[in-house]
Amino acid sequence: MNKEFIEIRWHGRGGQGAITAAKIVAAAAFVSGYAGVVMAPSFGTERRGAPVMTSLKISREKIYDLSPIETPDIIVVLDHLLLNESDVTCGLKPGGIIVLNTPNAVESYKFINYRMAIADITAISVEAGLPHGMVNTGIIGSLERATSLLGMDILIKGIEEEFSSRRPQNNSSAAKIAFERTVARG
Amino acid sequence: MHIIENGNVAAALGVLLCRANVIAAYPITPQTPLTEKLSEYVESGEMKAEYIPVESEHSALAVCIAASSAGARAFTATSANGLLYMHEQVQWAAGARLPLVMCVVNRAVGAPWNVWNDQQDSISQRDTGWIQMYCCDHQQIIDSVIKAYWLAEKVSIPIMVCYDGYILSHTYMPFEVPDQEKVDAFLPPFRPDYALNHEEPANLNTVTLPDVRMDVRGEIAHGYMEIRYLLQEEMRTSLTVVAEAEKRFTDIFGRGGDPFIEPYLCDDAEYIAVGLGSLTYQLRVSVDVLRKEGIMVGVMGIRFYRPFPDVAIANALKGKKGVIVFEKALSYGYEGALVSDLKSALYEHLAGTGALPVVQNFILGIGGRDIRTEDLTQTLRAATKSRVAKEPVWIGLKI
Repeated sequence: MNKEFIEIRWHGRGGQGAITAAKIVAAAAFVSGYAGVVMAPSFGTERRGAPVMTSLKISREKIYDLSPIETPDIIVVLDHLLLNESDVTCGLKPGGIIVLNTPNAVESYKFINYRMAIADITAISVEAGLPHGMVNTGIIGSLERATSLLGMDILIKGIEEEFSSRRPQNNSSAAKIAFERTVARG
Repeated sequence: MHIIENGNVAAALGVLLCRANVIAAYPITPQTPLTEKLSEYVESGEMKAEYIPVESEHSALAVCIAASSAGARAFTATSANGLLYMHEQVQWAAGARLPLVMCVVNRAVGAPWNVWNDQQDSISQRDTGWIQMYCCDHQQIIDSVIKAYWLAEKVSIPIMVCYDGYILSHTYMPFEVPDQEKVDAFLPPFRPDYALNHEEPANLNTVTLPDVRMDVRGEIAHGYMEIRYLLQEEMRTSLTVVAEAEKRFTDIFGRGGDPFIEPYLCDDAEYIAVGLGSLTYQLRVSVDVLRKEGIMVGVMGIRFYRPFPDVAIANALKGKKGVIVFEKALSYGYEGALVSDLKSALYEHLAGTGALPVVQNFILGIGGRDIRTEDLTQTLRAATKSRVAKEPVWIGLKI
């Protein structure tokens, strides 16, 4: 993966917090020295439960192109059932990474040409003391495990700041457990 | 301090830093998060202002007109049909010479209903007597709001700070939030020559006859035409005040540039793409691609649409082979409003000099149609080879 310019597309459901997760990673990237970070949600059709996505571009230079990502390096999927509902891998670069929250085993996925990093974030988050269905901080741990992009320390700090008044320790612990338990393939 | 936030928050922080006294607004997508943020600042006490919820955009601007007439620094914001519903008061605010600042979060106008970005809303208000600024990123949004208050209060002309709906309003990126002390140094408190005052009552903007006549003090008062002439004259001379604002801003905040146009690789370019807003930053990426192919192209964003910086534009385009104007709006029945204005400036300043470029017009992104960088690159590449058409050409049309 070219670490000078990285395109990550996040897929979740309205209310799952994909935008907040992308924002945490964006802020961590900026603090890490990426001068260009642009996070652009898909617009206009946000409803609780409906598929939503957001684009995150990370670059060493200021980003002038705010158009949606067409060929992501990484896709992050907060709900494995989205794989059946929409074409979430659309445009993913060959050799690109799918970071997936799923209770299923990695062997049950038959993607060719893509790397996978999976964890049961839904269960991990409950274990970390979060309400059922809160998965947006846990998935950050899996993303970092799959990419070694920013380092866990800065992400943990970002998570605890973002959730300073809403279970900061549980949220950061979800990310830490997910980092440990993420299974990679490819 | 740098933060990562969306464009609506950048605008709200600008208004907070400018210590606006009165905010009246009616929510409309994609402006809503801006006014929600301001209401939070007021509710939490962070902002010492009156937040006046109203039942329509027309009332929002009416409240701002009243507040400004009473000497308050007032703010509103809207989009699309909200701006159109406000239109009567938009004209009034300019005629009354009130230094209001309004963010227009650009969105397509109905019918048919559409919440996504184009610039038909603010472009359709071109002739109302407001100054119009266009922003390309969040730094320009927050800085433009601050500059706008200084400029508006200096020239007594209201200002629209326009930025692309969703593309900027809902997108997160880093920007620097200026220090309050610096903003206070830049922008003194609003002290109008006259503010409504019960101890010194006055009638403002009552029926004004076609011709001049004696006023109550026995002095010859302007007729309607003189008042409107002065709006035009002072709008034109405000170009020099714009330059003054930019210099003052640069001195205090350490960033700035040409206040009227924002050129990228234009000096040695043979062809120049022109537009308003975030699109001109996206075009930089296409320019970079085409430069690698040896095509001498640059891009120029226009920061002020009214007053129209005709001299700066003509100077920048003088002697170029071609000018390619990209617009997210048009004057139905002819062509894009910007291209008409631009051709008028070129004719005025360059006709007969042999330095008149060929001008082409492309319409794109209407109603939020995706603007793909690849499409921009292809369009620019073709437009530098030959004139595609005399009529405006729509990019990405599926008809």
